[in-house]
Parts: sequence; C-alpha cells; structure tokens
Amino acid sequence: MSQADLTMEGHTTGLTLGPAFSIPTKKFAMWLFIIADTMTFAGCLVAYGFLRHGTADWPRPFHSITNVALMTFVLLTSSLTMLCGLRSAKAQDKAGAFRWILITAVLGIVFALLHIREWLGLIGEGMTLFKNPWGTPLFGASFFSITGLHLTHVTCGIIALLAVGVRYNGGRYNADDIEVLGLYWHFVDLVWMFVVPLVYLLNLTH
Amino acid sequence: MTTDARKNDGIGKDIVIYICLLGLAALQFVIAYQNIDAAQMLMRMLVVAFIEAGLAALYFMHLGTEKRGFLLFVAVFTIAVLLGLQFGWTDSSRMLRGAPFSRPPM
Repeated sequence: MSQADLTMEGHTTGLTLGPAFSIPTKKFAMWLFIIADTMTFAGCLVAYGFLRHGTADWPRPFHSITNVALMTFVLLTSSLTMLCGLRSAKAQDKAGAFRWILITAVLGIVFALLHIREWLGLIGEGMTLFKNPWGTPLFGASFFSITGLHLTHVTCGIIALLAVGVRYNGGRYNADDIEVLGLYWHFVDLVWMFVVPLVYLLNLTH
Repeated sequence: MTTDARKNDGIGKDIVIYICLLGLAALQFVIAYQNIDAAQMLMRMLVVAFIEAGLAALYFMHLGTEKRGFLLFVAVFTIAVLLGLQFGWTDSSRMLRGAPFSRPPM
C-alpha cells in the first residue's frame, strides 16, 4: 500500500506512525534487546544468589584478585575506546572510527583470553560443571553458567565489532550503526559490574 | 537533544566518567577485603555496582540525553524485572534453615 493510498484528499488516515519515543528504530530495537537481556542476566544472578544463600558449604576458591581486576580494567577501557569510536564516527572521521573500533575489538579479545586463562586454571584445580574439590558441586555449574553467558556476549560483541567496523569502513554502515553497536558493548560492560562482586569478590579466600 | 548536544560534549566528560567507574570498581575490591559479614559486604558491593551501572547507562549509553519518556520506559521495565525476581528469597532461606515463620513442633 502506497503513501497515496493512506492519504485521502490531503488528510492522513493516522496509519503512518513515527518511531516509538522518536528514536531511530534500530536503536529502539537494541534497547528492547538490552532490557530482555537484563532479565536473562538478572535471572541468572538471582538464581545464583538463591543457591549461594541456601547452601551451607559454598566454596570460596579465589585466592587472588589480580586476574579479575585486570579483566575489569580491560573491559572498562574498551568502553572508553568504543565511545572514542562513536565520537569519531559522528565527526565523519571514518579512519579514526575504524581504528577505535579495532582497538575495542582487540581489548575484547584480551578480556576473553584472560577469562579463558582463568577457566583453565580452575579446571586444572579440579573444578568442572558437576564437581569441585572445595564444596557443593552447584558452585561449578553456576560459575561456568554465568561467566560463560557473559563470555558468549563478549565473543558475539567482538564478532559484531569486526563485522560492523569493516562495513562502516566500506561505506555500507553509518555512525548510527556504530552507536547501536556501542550500546551493546556498554551493556556487556555493565553486566560485568555485577558479575565481579557477586561471583568473584564474595568468594575470595580470606 | 540529542545528537547535536552530544557532539558538543568533549571527550573530557567521558574520561571523567571512565575514571569514576575505575574508582568505583576499585572500591568493590577494597570492600572485598574488609572484615565485615557477608550480608553487609553484599549490600555495599551492590550499592557500588548500581552506582556504576547508573553512570554507565546515563553517560556511556547516553540514556541521560534521551527523551524523558524513553528514560522512564527503560527504568520502569528494568526495575519491575529486578523487583519481580526477589520473590524466591524466603524459599532460599528454607533450604538452609527450614520453613520461615513456621511454628516449632509441639
């Protein structure tokens, strides 16, 4: 149906609506995804809290905060570089934006490698999804589920950064697409702010 | 506002927020080494985490510069979800200590 069909003698029929909240549709869709994903992570973290609160022999296996502190620093820094990329894109500096997006992707890869290194260390100490040498087996299941879900998000983010970055550099995407991608990347960072205290810091060996 | 006003903001504000977030993250690590009970530690860490999340959402995700109606939309949905997930805590206590508010056996 064409616009002319929707309009009768110069009067609109009311069927042509603008985007919700007057923000671009892609951006609104990303916000809806973020709200939905907030539910997913909140559900996982509350379930984790439920188990931790209700289990007497909950393990506290973490001896050092060095690795998780480094991971936090890397992820927060990647949020800043993403902002620099968006700023360059809005200023029509295509090369600069692409460079910042690549730096963000590299920081994401560093984060993922640090995460995998930590997993391998815990697996080496005998922790799996179904058992660990310190206490209730629920710990391994909840730890790997929550951190694994976050790592999956980071991995998808890295792929999206590279895909959108290359297409932006090739002229197929514009600054609005970088902004939408940035929303996702900052959300991944935001979730980490809750994962660190609940999953790592409350389980430090004192 | 939004795009034009954002263009005029300098990178300085982003760096200040970044440093604040780093400081708050460091504060969580300091709290982890305090000699306090787990419930108190959890509360302090969650307060810091919510401040961090608020800063990230308002400034990094530019939610603060969006239309007020959209800000309310996101806030209401998110808070409703977070509150809705709090119903299970009494069951969690029951796993450890038995049914809450139950009478002792006669």
